[in-house]
Amino acid sequence: MRNVGIILRRELASYFATPLAYVFILIFLVLANAFTFYLGGFYERGQADLEPFFAFHPWLYLFLIPAISMKLWAEERKSGSIELLMTQPVKIWEAVLGKYFAAWIFIAIALALTFPIWITVNYLGDPDNGTIIAAYLGSLLLAGGFLAVGSCMSALTRNQVVAFILGVVVCFLFLLAGYPMVVNAFQSWAPQALVGAIASLSFLAHFQSISRGVLEARDLLYFAMLIGFFLFATTVALDLRRAD
Amino acid sequence: MIKTEHLSKRYETVTAVEDVTFEVRPGEVLGFLGPNGAGKTTTMRMLAGFVTPTAGKAFICGHDVEAEPLAAKERLGYLPEGAPSYGEMRVRRFLEFIADLRRLEGSRRRQRLDHVIGRLQLASVLEQSIDTLSKGFRRRVGLAQAIIHDPPVLILDEPTDGLDPNQKFEVRALINEMAPDKIIVISTHILEEVDAVCNRAIIIARGRIVADDTPLKLAARSRYYNAVSLQLERPEQLAAARAAVAALPSVADVEVSERDVRLTALPRAGAAILPAVAELASSKGFALKELHLESGRLDEVFRSITA
Repeated sequence: MRNVGIILRRELASYFATPLAYVFILIFLVLANAFTFYLGGFYERGQADLEPFFAFHPWLYLFLIPAISMKLWAEERKSGSIELLMTQPVKIWEAVLGKYFAAWIFIAIALALTFPIWITVNYLGDPDNGTIIAAYLGSLLLAGGFLAVGSCMSALTRNQVVAFILGVVVCFLFLLAGYPMVVNAFQSWAPQALVGAIASLSFLAHFQSISRGVLEARDLLYFAMLIGFFLFATTVALDLRRAD
Repeated sequence: MIKTEHLSKRYETVTAVEDVTFEVRPGEVLGFLGPNGAGKTTTMRMLAGFVTPTAGKAFICGHDVEAEPLAAKERLGYLPEGAPSYGEMRVRRFLEFIADLRRLEGSRRRQRLDHVIGRLQLASVLEQSIDTLSKGFRRRVGLAQAIIHDPPVLILDEPTDGLDPNQKFEVRALINEMAPDKIIVISTHILEEVDAVCNRAIIIARGRIVADDTPLKLAARSRYYNAVSLQLERPEQLAAARAAVAALPSVADVEVSERDVRLTALPRAGAAILPAVAELASSKGFALKELHLESGRLDEVFRSITA
């Protein structure tokens, strides 16, 4: 377990050693606010809540998280540093967790820097801050889910562009799983249980219930299992293809 | 001890390493030689636990690299080919990171860090990011990383590649200094390095071991072993000298270099021809600039086995 912390600290420091971190945070903040005010109609709605802010997070993450996760393993393969890391006395899952949590903490920092909008809404009106905190938590879990998918895709290739595209596509499928267009496509022929299972894999359904302020065990469990599954898959992929 | 048993690595279309078996004991410095693509790096990667063998086993100090990877890796210092590292990190932070992974703590951590920084002359670049370093410094950072925990086994893939002659000398001195109580395997295609640091050499070609001996004995396989080389004062004597030397019964062949007025007399198998050649030169009155006995040429042996 100690190695997880050592690798996590190294990774997190490396984000801030290059312009990447600052560029990412800047773009994230600009887009998050642009969506909220222009597409979400933050003022026009006349309601003191952050729904227009959180509603766009899944779509923002769809592109921004694979941009972070693509480098997790593909870059290590490309630069050869994976050989250095894998020949230290470190278990593969320790490296997977260390890198994953570093990226997640980094995204949490970016998310935390959206706090001015929370101050703004409190200044303008009297929002339900409990709901807002739950929504932040939901957003962070959603980011964690996307990131776990991206980590797995990054472990499959040494090409960061391929890792990015795979990440976006797989995340997109998970997002859409709950949408009528996917559900309807299955409803006509598939057994009800399968339709239910596919719909229940949706990122959106679980995110939306949390972001409405409903913290349910099944939503938390969903994200925990999803993240666990994809990190396990990352470990397996790395072990099978250490040197390729 | 390092041990491999019938180690093989096959990819879909090519066989990189085929049935490699050897043992290395403490005090041995093994030079791994071979043309590019012969399987040196793949073999070292299997020893380091980075590549999984298709067949066979590798052991580091008795620990199976695949079955007990952590125990094996703890006892191993490994410099991967090309000395990869984290380019955006500063040298000091990078070495501290490795020291943490290697479980170095307290005063021992400080002492080992100071030792490798001093020994590999990294003090002047400690606060630079690795990306900005020259090839020679990068290689030395890779070496520092490999020896920081003072492991009993060292596997170094081309440790002196990219170093200038002074730096090569330093690194070889470092290897010689560590040699008595460690097991060291280095791969190289620089043959002078084998003479400088190794007491055993394995030549590998097309994935197989084709020679395993001391550098001296390997060089003795050369047709130049015990050959006599003589350089003449006067170019006009060259033709006569050649004919006279070639006529000696124990001389198998004579090679001539007109450029530096030199004859090289190759002996028949096992024959010692130096006395005969020296006597001939003085009796025939050839003016000699130089006369010496060759100890065999490793590069020639290398070429004849691997080509």
